[in-house]
This record gives sequence, C-alpha cells and structure tokens, in this order.
Amino acid sequence: MYAQLVKSDGLKAREDMSAEERAFQDRVDNGEKIEPKDWMPEGYRKTLIRQIGQHAHSEIVGQLPEGNWITRAPSLERKAILLAKVQDEAGHGLYLYSAAETLGVSRDELLEKLHSGKMKYSSIFNYPTLNWADIGAVGWLVDGAAIMNQVPLQRTSYGPYSRAMIRICKEESFHQRQGYSIMMKMAFGTLEQKEMAQDALNRFWFPSLMMFGPSDKDSVHSAQSMAWKIKINTNDELRQKFVNETVPQAEYLGLTIPDEKLAWNEDKQGYDFSEPDWAEFFEVIKGNGPCNRERMEARVKAWDEGEWFRDGLNAYAEKAADRRKAAATAAEKPGYR
Amino acid sequence: MSEMPTNATADAAVTDQALQPAFFDWLCRMGDNALVLGHRTSEWCGHGPVLEEDIALANTALDLIGHTQMWLGLAGEVEGKGRDADALAYLRDAMKFRNFLLVELPRGDMAVTMMREFLFDAYHHLLLAWLSENSSSPRVSEIAAKALKEVSYHLDRASDIVVRLGDGTAESHRRMQDALDLLWPYTGEMFTSDEVDRAMVTAGIAPDLEMLRSKWEASVRDILEEATLKAPDPGGYAHLGGKQGRHTEHLGYILAEMQFLQRAYPGASW
Amino acid sequence: MSKKEWPLWEVFIRGQHGLNHRHVGSLHAPDAEMAINHARDVYTRRREGVSIWVVPSKDITASSPSEKGPLFDPAESKTYRHPTFFDIPDEVGKM
Repeated sequence: MYAQLVKSDGLKAREDMSAEERAFQDRVDNGEKIEPKDWMPEGYRKTLIRQIGQHAHSEIVGQLPEGNWITRAPSLERKAILLAKVQDEAGHGLYLYSAAETLGVSRDELLEKLHSGKMKYSSIFNYPTLNWADIGAVGWLVDGAAIMNQVPLQRTSYGPYSRAMIRICKEESFHQRQGYSIMMKMAFGTLEQKEMAQDALNRFWFPSLMMFGPSDKDSVHSAQSMAWKIKINTNDELRQKFVNETVPQAEYLGLTIPDEKLAWNEDKQGYDFSEPDWAEFFEVIKGNGPCNRERMEARVKAWDEGEWFRDGLNAYAEKAADRRKAAATAAEKPGYR
Repeated sequence: MSEMPTNATADAAVTDQALQPAFFDWLCRMGDNALVLGHRTSEWCGHGPVLEEDIALANTALDLIGHTQMWLGLAGEVEGKGRDADALAYLRDAMKFRNFLLVELPRGDMAVTMMREFLFDAYHHLLLAWLSENSSSPRVSEIAAKALKEVSYHLDRASDIVVRLGDGTAESHRRMQDALDLLWPYTGEMFTSDEVDRAMVTAGIAPDLEMLRSKWEASVRDILEEATLKAPDPGGYAHLGGKQGRHTEHLGYILAEMQFLQRAYPGASW
Repeated sequence: MSKKEWPLWEVFIRGQHGLNHRHVGSLHAPDAEMAINHARDVYTRRREGVSIWVVPSKDITASSPSEKGPLFDPAESKTYRHPTFFDIPDEVGKM
C-alpha cells in the first residue's frame, strides 16, 4: 500500500513476552487504543514510525504525478478539482507526519530520511502521468487501492494514526469519484479520448496491483504487524477485494483490463487474475522506476530552495519574541526609562 | 455554452450595447488577472518550501480560479456570443488576453511569489472593496463582494509574510528587496488608465484608478517600511501593455500549457 | 537541513457557534500568529470552523497513563452523580 514494505521483527510468541508486553498485547486485543504516552514495545514504536512515515512520504511524493497536470487541466472546473485534490494530499501528508511525531521523531528528521533515500514511499508514484486520462486513472485506481487499505486502518491500534486515517478517509471520499468521473468523460468521449482512457488503464493496472505489496506468503513482517493491529488485512485479501470491485467498473466504462487471465471464479466468488511482475516492483523500489529520480529531485529541490524561507520566518519570530520581551521588561521597570 | 443564469440579478449594464465593447474588455481584465495569477500560484503545488505553505498557496490559487469563473462568466454574457468562461480561458490567444504583465511573470522564488501577491492584492483589495460598495452594476458588485472576503485574507497573509521575510535573515531581506526591485516597474500598469477604464468610470462601474493609486501607495509603503524594505521611486519607469493585449513572452508559454488539451482535441467534453 | 525546525502546535477548532473547541490535529509554524493562519489553511479547507486556538505542543501537560486508575476510577463509584441513579415515579412527569 502507501507503506508497502515495512520492516518489523517476526511475531513474538506470548510465552516470550515480558509482563509489560503481555499487558500491552491484551490492550490491543481488547480493541483499546494505544496513546502516545502509553508504554509500548520498542518494536511497535519503530515499526509504526516506518509505516506512518512511508505513508506520509507517499502522500507528498504522490502530489507530483498529479500536480504534473494542474497547469494543463482542460477546464477551469477540472483545474480547481485537481488542485483541491492534490492539496488534500499535502494535508494528508501533514496529518500523518504529525501522527509520527507523537512517537518521538521530528518531521524534519523524517524528511531528511526521505531525501537521503533511507526511507521509501509507494512504488506507484514512480510511474509517469502521460495523458489527461492518467489523472482519471490515478483517482480511480490508485486512490481506489489506497482507500481499500485506509478504511480498515481507521481501526488501527495507535490512537493518533487511527484519528489521522479517519480524517483522511473523510476527505478522500471525493478523490476516487472525481477520478472515475474523468474516466467516464474520456471513455464515453471521442475516439481519441477513449484511446487515452484505455492507454491509462493499460499502464496503471499492474502498478496499482503492486500497491498492495508482495504476497503475504513471502512477507516476514505481516504477522507481527497484524497482531499489533497496525496492519488489518493481508496484502492478498485487499488485492483480491480491489480486483473484484474494479472489474465491473472497468466493464461499465467499456475498457479492457490488460490481463488475459482475468476470469470470474464461481467457487471463490471472486476474479482470478495475473500477478504483477514482482521483479519490476523490486526494481522500482530500488530506485529504477521510470520517475524515481525526477520525484526525488523535485522533493529535494523544493526543500533545499525553501530553506531560506523557513529560516527567514524563524528569524523574524525570534526577533519579534525578543522585542515583546524587551517591551514587557521595560514596562515592568518604569524607573529605567 | 453559457446562458444567462435564470436567477441572475437584473443589471442593465449587462445588455447595454453602447457599453458592451469596453465592459467586455474590462471584465476580461478582471478575469484574466485572476486566471493568470491563479495559474502561476498553482505551479507551487507539490513544490512549496514547507507543507503548510504548499497548502496555503493552493488555497489562494483555488480562490483565484473561482474568481476567474465568475468574471469570465459575466464577460461571456456581456459579449453575447455564447462563449462561457472556459471558452474565454482556453480558446483565446495571447493578444486577446487582458491581464497585467505583473501577473504573468514567472513565479520565481518564494520572495517573488509573495511580493507579487502582496503588490497585486493591495490593489485588488482596494478595487474589490470599491466595486462591492459603489459599482453601478449590481452583477459586478455581487462578484466583487464574494471575491473580497477571500482577497482580504490573501492581503493579510501576503502582507504578514512580506514583513516577516523583509525583517527576517539577511538572505530573506536581500531576496525580498530583489523581488521588490524586479516587480516594482510592473505595478504602474495597474493604475494607468486607458479608454476602457475611462468608459467604466463614466458608466460608474469601476473607480478612477488615480484615486486607487494614492491609497495603494500609502498602504504598500507602510508594509514595506515595517518590512525594512526600500520602496523604489513611484514615478519610475512602468512596463505597460498587458491590459491592451501586448504581453511579455511568458504569457504565450502559459497559454501553450494551459490550452493544450482544448486546442489539441477541439470540441471534446472533459 | 534547516538550522531549526518550526515548532509544533496543537490546533483546536470550534466547529459551530456555541460548541467547545475540539482538538483537530497539529502543524508547524514559526510563531502563534502564523500558526493561526496555517491552521485556517490546513484545517478549515471544508468550512470546518468558526474559531481557532493554537497552543505550543511543548506547553501541553498531559496526565500520566500510569495514573489512569487513581485519576479516573474513583468517579466510577459515584453513580449518584448521574440522573439515572434516582427513581422518580412516572406520574410525576418529565424531570
């Protein structure tokens, strides 16, 4: 998902737990929320920082592929909607960084780790947006996939994360619909528009499936995260749910999902489908996706070129505080003036 | 295509044939300033210096896009040829655009962006306040009143940031002074009247720009002084022409980008 | 990296006239005035508020989780503080 490969230790057996760990696990099992000042296992804290941090990074890097079309949106209304949506992603990044900050890490530290490549963001944002229908496809498929994961995460055990997800889900409800509304215009539009829509689906289908991360069979991290309720469903469950919901939506648009193996399976009451190319996924994660370099350059540039701005405002705030202090001191000691 | 909204306020100016060419032109000036400045501001989305500022800039751009829809929508009605706000935004070439040169200059760094916003907002705020109170056209007053609330916030925010960055670090001060020196010669256009402006004054639709100029200079000077910045000579050289459709080279590139889809796929619905 | 990170602020918003301010989240800002502006831009994008409070996060004193029992459990036994503790006959009417 937006946090695809979050490392954590393997699942700890109950008999290996300390008394504190056992009490903690009981609270999680009872559905209690863990709050910042509560005792928590170090592994829980570290895994959460990685997961929330990756999620936050994905939101702000995710501004870039869509932001790419703000200045080319084809009508004033589309421009406003897209700008509002990409602005929401910045807001969601902000909420998530704030949640991570309650775990004892600063936003600047997290950003530094993103910029130096020590922390990752979702593979999906390393794919380019090449035509206007891509903006539709990103909303429909990428936000659609994200929502699959974010809705259950509203119930995650960590209070600040859960509250951030609730706010994000509330705001995101329009994102997928605006994407699908673009897809409808394109798929039911001129031949050229329909061609763009199909092209967008062709390019975004498998990368969207990759967003859920590799199969849980291959993941050593899932079991512990699920026990801690910072991961609610398995990657495969969510991927299957996504395919089941998306196929009829594509059919309605008259578009073809680029997978010859796609077929309804009566027994499992779901679709059979091809796995994405996981070799490609790991290459993208390693930095070899089509846009990795551009995305990081854009983020680093924004941050570096913003330094004087942030420092300038800090300097003024300090001066203003000193001036207030001096004025207050002067007022207290009329004899000195 | 646009039709007269059925619930629109009655307004004789909208259908006044004698007034029509100047009124249309003037409304395009209002709309194009918002459109082009909104476009420049929206370029920051995803590239802001800090998340909070990224979000704030997008809010400003969203407000300006909203103003564009209102002004160009009314322009289309006044023109009476069935063009709506989108047709005017996306299918006119540069020589038909009526925005100030000031708003089409590249966004530069945050110093240029915020200084430009401040210089424009200070004018925009005075203008909208006058229009909402005094314009003889009820439709113009209505739009101005809606836009004024948002522009009051833009002006507060921009003034605050100009003061802070001007009186921040040595580097932020230098950048703000450079931005001011760069932009100042483009501010004269806001107050240089031509026959369109004079027709609007005669019709009581818009204010005398000389009257705005003195108020603008006073309020801008106060903020610049607080920001420890040196205001250039107000009588200095002024770059003119945007209001009449003679632009810098920058506008053509803005339009090439903005209008690409509408031009490449004529008649498509988006 | 910048020399110094903008401090963290907690944001409280009054959603409607007459309601309490409610904690909605946090943000970074160099000082209180800018924190208010940022809060307006970040947390009221959908007309969520009529009034904003900001407080430096470092100035918030929180109760300690280990004292949760002593702090809050005693209230549990004082059921007479709740109206349902008292039986009033139906014929008396609404009270």
